[in-house]
Amino acid sequence: MLEIRGMTKKFGGLIALDDVSMSVGKGSITGIIGPNGAGKTTLFNIVTGLYTRSSGEVYLEGTDVSGYAPENLARLGLVRTFQNVELFGRMTVLENVMVGLHTRSRSGIFSCSLKWPTHIMEEKRIRDEAMQRLEFTGMTGIADIPAGSLPFGMGRRLEIARALAPGPKIMLMDEPAAGLNSRETLDLADLIRKIRDAGTTVVLVEHDMELVMDVCETIVVLNLGRKLAEGAPREIQENPAVIAAYLGEE
Amino acid sequence: MTEAKRDILGFLLFAAAVLIAPFFFADSYILNVLVFVGINTLLAVALNLLLGFAGQISLGHAAFFGLGAYISGVMTAAHSFDPWLAMLIAAVSTGVAAFIIGFPILKLKGHYLAMATLGFGIIVYIVFNETVDLTGGPSGLPGIPNLSLGEFSFDNDIKNFYLIWAFTLLAMRISLNLYRSRIGRALRAIHDSEVAARVAGVNVKNLKVQIFTMSAVISALAGSLYAHTMTFISPASFGFNFSVELVTMVIIGGLGSVYGSFMGAAILTLLPEFLRIFHDYDIIVYGLLLILIIMFMPGGLAGGFRTALERLSRSRKQGAD
Ligand SMILES: Nc1ncnc2c1ncn2[C@@H]1O[C@H](COP(=O)(O)OP(=O)(O)OP(=O)(O)O)[C@@H](O)[C@H]1O
Ligand SMILES: [Mg+2]
Repeated sequence: MLEIRGMTKKFGGLIALDDVSMSVGKGSITGIIGPNGAGKTTLFNIVTGLYTRSSGEVYLEGTDVSGYAPENLARLGLVRTFQNVELFGRMTVLENVMVGLHTRSRSGIFSCSLKWPTHIMEEKRIRDEAMQRLEFTGMTGIADIPAGSLPFGMGRRLEIARALAPGPKIMLMDEPAAGLNSRETLDLADLIRKIRDAGTTVVLVEHDMELVMDVCETIVVLNLGRKLAEGAPREIQENPAVIAAYLGEE
Repeated sequence: MTEAKRDILGFLLFAAAVLIAPFFFADSYILNVLVFVGINTLLAVALNLLLGFAGQISLGHAAFFGLGAYISGVMTAAHSFDPWLAMLIAAVSTGVAAFIIGFPILKLKGHYLAMATLGFGIIVYIVFNETVDLTGGPSGLPGIPNLSLGEFSFDNDIKNFYLIWAFTLLAMRISLNLYRSRIGRALRAIHDSEVAARVAGVNVKNLKVQIFTMSAVISALAGSLYAHTMTFISPASFGFNFSVELVTMVIIGGLGSVYGSFMGAAILTLLPEFLRIFHDYDIIVYGLLLILIIMFMPGGLAGGFRTALERLSRSRKQGAD
C-alpha cells in the first residue's frame, strides 16, 4: 500500500531522517514508535507532502508520489491526523467533516455562489455522508457545535472523523492517544480496529506502548532519524537495541 | 425553522428594509449618505470574502475600487464608451490584474501579505496621480456620465440608491450562498488551519487566488458605480486610508459575517456624520468608539447582535415558563 525508500530529511545541519525505508501492507495496522525527536512527525509531514524531502521516495500503491502536493495525495486516498489537533475551530463539527469530503465533491466557486441545482444536490449528499461518519465515530448529537468548543478528547475524535470522511485508502495518525484518558484510549483502540476493518490501512505514531502493542501488527522503531528495528510487537519489546534507546532517553 | 429557511427569510427581511428605507428618509442629504452606505457595504462584502472567509489580509483593496472607477471614468468621460460596457471592461480587466498579481502575492502570509498588498495599493495610487494626461491627476476626472437604461438615466440620489443597492444585495446574497457551500467551507477551513485544509484536499493556492479575484471584481464594480454616480473622481478617494477603513469595516462588523460587513460599513459611514456635534473632538470620539466595540464585542457588531438576540429569546422563554 505504502512504501518509503531511503527517506532522508535535513533541517540545516540537523539530520531529522536518515535513509529510512519501510513498507506498509494493505489492510494492516502499522505502528511507528521512537523517543521524542526521533523524526516520526517529520516522516508523516514528508509522506503527506507538507515538507519537501532531501532524498528518498514514497510509493502509494506502486506509483511514485514523492513530492506530490498534499491536496493531490488526498485525492489519491491518503489522509492524516495531527499531533497538535488541527481542527477548523470556528466551523461546526458537521462542517469539519464536510470539508473532509472536499475531494469527494466538485462544485466550484460559481455554482456555489449561485446555488446551482447540481450544487444543492451535492450539498445534500455530502451532508448525509458526513452525518454517517459522525455516527461511525460515535459523535452524533453534537453536529452543530463549533469544533473549537469541544473537549480535547472529542476534538481528537472529530479529526479522525474528518480524515475518514472521504473513505481513504490509508490514514496516518500522529499520536491519537496523546491527552486522552484511559477510557478514551480504550475506545480509540476499538475505533482504530473498526477503521481497518472498514477497509482503511492505518499507520500509527504513538507513545502509548500499551495501545501500540495492542492494535499494531508490525512496529517500526525510529531513533535519532534512523530506523532502529522493525517487527511484530513481541519482537520489538524484546529487542535490546530498542530497550537501550528508550532507557537512554530516561 | 431550518437553517436554509432562516437564511432566506432573514435576507428577504433585510432586502425589504433596504427597499423601503428611502420612504422614511426623503431628506436628500440622508439619502445621499445611504447611497454611500450602499457602496461601502458592497466593498466591505467584497473584502469580507477574502479577509473574513479565507482570513487573508489586503491593505490595498482601495486600489481595486479605484481601478474600477478610473477605467470606467476614463473610458466614458474621455472616450465616450457606453457606461455599462465600460463597467464590464473595468470589472474584467481588474479581475485579470488581480488574478495575475494574486499568484505571487498570495504565497505570502500575515504581515508579509499585508505589506505586499499595501505596496500594490500605493503603486496604483501613484499611477492615478501621475498619469495626468489619462486621469487628470490629483485634480481629478470630471464629466463622467451617469448610467442609463434607454431613456431612463440614473441621475439623482433616489435612483442611484436603488441602482447601487441592487448590486449590493446581489453581492450579499452571493456571499451568503458561498458561506454555506463547499467552497465557502474550504475558504473558512483555510482561515482556521491551512495545513489541515491542504491535507483534506483543498487546493489552497488556487482557491486563494480565486477568492482574491472575485473580491477584486466586486470592488471594481463598486468603483464603476461610484464613478457614474458621482460623475467626478479623484485619487484621494482611493488611497491607503480608505484601504484601512475597509479593513476596519469588516473587522468591526465581524469577520466572516455578511450582515456584519453591512453593519461595519454603515457604522463607519454614518458615525462621522453623527459625530459632527463634537466638532474638533469628533476624531477622538470616533477612535474611542471603535476601540470599545473591538474590546467588548470580539465577534464584531454581528457577534454582539447575535448574543443580544439569544439573550432576548432566552429571557422571553423564561418569562413564558
Ligand atoms: N520544521 C522544522 N524545522 C527544523 N527542525 C525541525 C522541524 N521539524 C522537526 N524538526 C526537528 O527534527 C527532529 C525530529 O522532529 P519530529 O517532530 O519529527 O520528532 P517526533 O519523532 O515526531 O517527536 P515527538 O515524539 O516529540 O513528536 C527534531 O530534532 C526536531 O527539532
Ligand atoms: Mg511528533
